[in-house]
Amino acid sequence: MKGGAAPLSGRFLRAAFVLLAILSAAVVLALWAGSRTISVEALRSDPVARLLFFRLRLPRVMMAGLVGSSLAIAGAALQALFRNPLADPFTLGVSGGGALGASVAIALGWGVRIAGVPAVFLAAFAGAMFSVMVVHQVARTGAVVLPGALLLSGVVFNLFAAALVVAIQFFADPERALQILRWMVGSLDVVGFDTVVRMLILLVPSWAGLLLLSRDLHLLAIDEDTAASLGVPVRRTEVQVHILCSLMVGVTVAVGGSIGFVGLIVPHVVRLLFGEDLRIVIPGSFLLGAAFLILADALARTALPNAELPVGAVTALLGGPVFLWLLRSRQRYSAA
Amino acid sequence: MSQIPLLEARDLHFHYEAGTPVICGASLALEPGSLSAIIGSNGCGKSTLIRLLAGVLVPKRGEIRFQGARLQALPRRERARRIAYVPQSIALAFPFTAMEVVLTGRTPYSSRLRFENAADRRKALEALEAVGASHLAARPVTELSGGERQIVALARALAQEPACLLLDEPSAALDLKHRAAFVRTLARLRDRQGLTVLVVTHDLNLVEPLFDHIFAIRCGQVFASGKPAEVLNHALLSAIYDDPDIRTRRLEDRTLIWSEAG
Repeated sequence: MKGGAAPLSGRFLRAAFVLLAILSAAVVLALWAGSRTISVEALRSDPVARLLFFRLRLPRVMMAGLVGSSLAIAGAALQALFRNPLADPFTLGVSGGGALGASVAIALGWGVRIAGVPAVFLAAFAGAMFSVMVVHQVARTGAVVLPGALLLSGVVFNLFAAALVVAIQFFADPERALQILRWMVGSLDVVGFDTVVRMLILLVPSWAGLLLLSRDLHLLAIDEDTAASLGVPVRRTEVQVHILCSLMVGVTVAVGGSIGFVGLIVPHVVRLLFGEDLRIVIPGSFLLGAAFLILADALARTALPNAELPVGAVTALLGGPVFLWLLRSRQRYSAA
Repeated sequence: MSQIPLLEARDLHFHYEAGTPVICGASLALEPGSLSAIIGSNGCGKSTLIRLLAGVLVPKRGEIRFQGARLQALPRRERARRIAYVPQSIALAFPFTAMEVVLTGRTPYSSRLRFENAADRRKALEALEAVGASHLAARPVTELSGGERQIVALARALAQEPACLLLDEPSAALDLKHRAAFVRTLARLRDRQGLTVLVVTHDLNLVEPLFDHIFAIRCGQVFASGKPAEVLNHALLSAIYDDPDIRTRRLEDRTLIWSEAG
């Protein structure tokens, strides 16, 4: 029933129901699990457990949810825009560009906020936007975006940005260099809701914008000229998707460092479960992305007895094999 | 021929890169309910011209009119209800089902936040039936042959319920039998629904006896136009394709064309 028979609205409702259930279960599990498990009973009676829950655990789970949702829908949107199932913020160099922008801001000590938004977020957005534009321009010849060139230029841009981050660390004063290093490892560790709220200022409009564009992205995922003939303003949509994805990736990278492969794995799982329609894949990736990173983070927190794994390592360990498997099945499509 | 043309191009100019014009002063008019072909050598601007007519590209100079009104002034959604375009080939990155592809043809009739309803699905099924491809509905397009994909793309265009259908080399991936069936389908759509159809083709033997009109393109301009029997002759074809070795022979209601070049 994946494509032909089931009406879309039914598939949409089924996807929403299943994915909301998965997300709810992930949230409950992640709120409970940790160096110290917190039960409902403990929340009622134990002030320390309450403090731990509201100051650390709940904000962290929310943070994982925001970052996971953002990376997953950015991945789904970029895959549709470039008609490439291997595209995601990490493989296209968008995360690398964001990390570069954030490093520059940290090295220069830009602690200011503009309209409540930290300058580091905006610098990471600028870096992400720059990278997506460069990678797109390199890979585009006329109306065609070459899939191989797209991924290669993304990987090269990531390496280039990483080298520049190292250079910035080298030249920055030791205290700031340490700050960059700590941030680069990537963690969703957060105290209180302040950062979460500041992220939401940029993330909520970006999510809404991308959800509104999901029909245009659905048409673009099939074919650019077909989409144009059906009334999609192709160039304008491209720019809008670049900006929205750069905003989401910039903000998440500025807070959590570079967390790879979420945007690759999650949309693919949603497609396998509920079909190819981007009007389901994008909102579905939003829900499953949150659930996925919440669970990955819970695993990172609890896998080792006295230490914490970087959540980026957990996602990369899962994402690497998925990337290779997708590459293999993609070759099969091309050969067909 | 006094009625207003359905689609008309006036003195179109277009380039992808400044200094290398692709279309330079092309003009043509499609009569309502006609089946026409655009022919010409490789790189002469045929595909660019049909993409301009479809509104996928915007001319640098000149104008396109639909029933006398400027195409550029028409909202995109309105344009998509009137003109459907099928590109030469579609890149297939994702295994959309044929039905999903055909349903995209209903986009100009639904709003951004709504899914297609039962009526849209019925129209999509009718479009698949019209091209004899309802058995492909649930198949992923990535698993279809080139010819089947072209037929699905034609069904998508028909689901748009357009007045004008623009096809870029639709028969290139079809075998002899399906090529003939494809042309008969186009002629049937013209005769029964009054659809105006323009087809870019390299296959000159496709045109007769069912096509009404030919536009021959040379160096980005309409070099010759007329009924097939008027255009498909040695002198004109040699000039259009820059090939003195083209030969023609009349056989019943069609012209056989071949080249002895090389």
